[in-house]
Amino acid sequence: MEEQLLQLLFTGLTLGSIYSIIALTLVTTFNVTGILNLAQGEFVVIGALLAVSLQGTGMPMIAVFIVSVILVAILGGLLERLTIYRARGASNLSMLIITIGLSISLRGLALLIWGTETYSLPAFSKGGSMVLGGAALNPQSIWIFALVGVTLTGLYGFFGHTFWGKAVKASVYNQTGARLQGINLNTISFLAFVAAGGLGAAAGVSIGPITMVTYDMGFMLGVKGFVAAAIGGLSNVGGAVIGGILLGILESFSSGLISSGLKDAISMIILLGVLLFRPEGIIGAIRERKI
Amino acid sequence: MLLELSGVTKHFGGIAAVKDIGFRVAEGSIVALIGPNGAGKTTLFNIITGTLPPEKGLIVIKGRDIVGLKPFEIASAGITRTFQNLQLFSNMTVLENVMAGAHLRSKKGFLRSFFTFPGNCREERKIREESLTLLEDIGLVETAGLFASELPFGKQRLLEIARALASHPALVLLDEPAAGLNPAETEILTGYLKELKTKGTAMILIEHDMQTVMEAADRIVVLNFGQMIAEGTPAEIQANTEVIKAYLGEDEKIA
Amino acid sequence: MKLKNYRGFIILLLLLIIPLVAESNYLYSTLVIIGLYAIIVQGLGILMGYAGQVSFGHAAFFGLGGYTAAIISTRFHWPTLLALLASAILPGIIAGLIGRQTLKLRELYLALATLSFGILVHIFFNEGGELTGGPSGMSGIPNLSIGSFEFDSDQKFYLLVWLILLMLLIGIYNLVHSRTGRALCSIRESEYAAENAGIDCARLKLQAFVFSALLAGLAGGLYAFYVSFISPSPFSFHTSVQFVLMAVIGGLGTFWGPVIGAVVVVALNELLREIVPLLIPGAGGEYQIIIYGVILVGLMIFQPKGLSGMGQYFRIPLKKQLKADVKIRG
Repeated sequence: MEEQLLQLLFTGLTLGSIYSIIALTLVTTFNVTGILNLAQGEFVVIGALLAVSLQGTGMPMIAVFIVSVILVAILGGLLERLTIYRARGASNLSMLIITIGLSISLRGLALLIWGTETYSLPAFSKGGSMVLGGAALNPQSIWIFALVGVTLTGLYGFFGHTFWGKAVKASVYNQTGARLQGINLNTISFLAFVAAGGLGAAAGVSIGPITMVTYDMGFMLGVKGFVAAAIGGLSNVGGAVIGGILLGILESFSSGLISSGLKDAISMIILLGVLLFRPEGIIGAIRERKI
Repeated sequence: MLLELSGVTKHFGGIAAVKDIGFRVAEGSIVALIGPNGAGKTTLFNIITGTLPPEKGLIVIKGRDIVGLKPFEIASAGITRTFQNLQLFSNMTVLENVMAGAHLRSKKGFLRSFFTFPGNCREERKIREESLTLLEDIGLVETAGLFASELPFGKQRLLEIARALASHPALVLLDEPAAGLNPAETEILTGYLKELKTKGTAMILIEHDMQTVMEAADRIVVLNFGQMIAEGTPAEIQANTEVIKAYLGEDEKIA
Repeated sequence: MKLKNYRGFIILLLLLIIPLVAESNYLYSTLVIIGLYAIIVQGLGILMGYAGQVSFGHAAFFGLGGYTAAIISTRFHWPTLLALLASAILPGIIAGLIGRQTLKLRELYLALATLSFGILVHIFFNEGGELTGGPSGMSGIPNLSIGSFEFDSDQKFYLLVWLILLMLLIGIYNLVHSRTGRALCSIRESEYAAENAGIDCARLKLQAFVFSALLAGLAGGLYAFYVSFISPSPFSFHTSVQFVLMAVIGGLGTFWGPVIGAVVVVALNELLREIVPLLIPGAGGEYQIIIYGVILVGLMIFQPKGLSGMGQYFRIPLKKQLKADVKIRG
């Protein structure tokens, strides 16, 4: 019994780390541009599927990882220029609908290129599972934990210690002030989507070895990212990571101990619960954005 | 007495935005609320209209305590307001703005609105007539079919006043009604407010132009840093040394 | 309603005669679907276009209506008309229960909350076991009948759906030109000012939400009786997005927008299905999905106010009439 619980914990931590990365990209985009990007899950899927194709050419896994991250980062930037940039000044709702449209198109594109088959990727490192306290820990999980760590450190480093990072942070609080200091908000929005694409792809390539990848899994992954972000208050970077991990553990335990069909229902109930009954933090965040 | 405030207090993050405010507004009288920027005037408006709950104090209109009521309930108790930064219904016509302001003048609910009962039509015609008359009085009737956002700023301000009056309130709170008006518009406005007063509508006025205040107000309440430092007739306020000190500096005289 | 305002209705009535002459079952069934969507989007249009509250969960109410009709008529053998009534009322009650708390949220947060409600209900359809029939759904739903009159053909259903829609349009025409319509608009424009003008915004938003859920439920019930089979797949998040799309394409806050939106989106889907394989030989459904998304994005960028434009069509007569009013008054 104890081993089973530990096993579920490991699975939950792994799953949760993926949600954390997606939540981190959502929170960053939201903080910087005010846009909730519903196409984020599609970046994850396209990253994973690209990696599948690249890996098929015999490229080493490390190169596969880097190339698909770069390609999806470019895709993110390109889509920002083609859509978000052109619609700048539109209402929040319009922006949301645009990202939904993007997600629909990207899913169609994935279907066109990769079809409805399920794919998987080889693990980053060879070797069997480690056994910890009687439960197996997949080495891929370690890579995923590391990715969360690197992402989080990277974000803190960027926002805390670089000129551009500080500029972005300042622009969130005071857009006019930012403009006066020569900070271009359009560039910032562009960079946010480049980062969202790259990080999404990194998450996608990392989960390839432990889950089946299909063209249509992006939407639900994106929504899970929102749940994680909402738990943390939607604009809080640290909160998003904690939210993601909590959600992963909850899902793992509920599908292991109750029923796997209800896994998604649990995250929806959490999202509704957080939105409806913890509105203080959430509404606070909205006010801040409007100023 | 129409409105009585006593001991009204509200803090923001430990700082008193308004503290222990108490004054009265008689039926059909004009009370001016003056004081430097940040003195708590608009905060007090937000408290009276139920947008912000006060921490302490009583607000009584026509003998009824309205603390804790929602803004729409306070409106139906007879208090409406205008906003310093305009809050017009921009994508509605000028006439529709005023008719929406007259919401409390008719009763038809959601379900009944699906049908054209003769009663509904009569009600609608009445509101329409009243609103056009109101627009005529305030000099906006020519623009009735334009979107509110199409009006120049001064006329938008007048429209907001018209909207606040459309429900025939006993008391209107006017937040800097003359700000941004040209002299001709200011004249229309002051004339209109005087006429309104003779019809028995009471007003609380936030206004920076001292000449207007001294001319129009029956009583003046002076706020400074959230505290009420004086209350009295224009003559009393002009002679009050503390007001002169707080408001204008030592050497100057008011108007 | 004044005579000249009947113009749109007269055009619509004339258009509705055409399929009766053409007698094509394809046309009938397409028009039934358009009619059902138009009923839903009319309600959503009141909620989104007038009251300014977004919902990404209306497929859930659509589905709840469909499942209510299916379950009540096949399991409990109620008369179909009563089942249809229940299919509108139950989603209305559910909207009433969740609405008060949910509608306190604004904009993106409301979008997220309604989205998650929609997904939750969709999961319930899939995981509902014997009650909902799980992923494979339920079949054998009887024909809708009133007394001994059965709606057993596409033509009869076409007439029923569009008759309901027409009555609804007349009601909504009255609503949006009434005190309530004005109050709804003022919530959209500035909830703060509306509240200070004596409008009970929370109550009115809830009424609009319940109304839109009732209509979606009713359309769902009609849908279940029409296709006589029900499964979770037509009630997913994508259907909710499609409803929002219809409302936006038609033009939010316009009277004819929802009908126009329903026609355009359904026609577009049908057209893409026909045309894409001709232009790109061997193309499957995926091109259709991509183009659908591209159109959605393009519309938001280049014509965010929808096809009918922000109220232009109905403002002009109003302005003219005002001039007349002003003249009479001297």
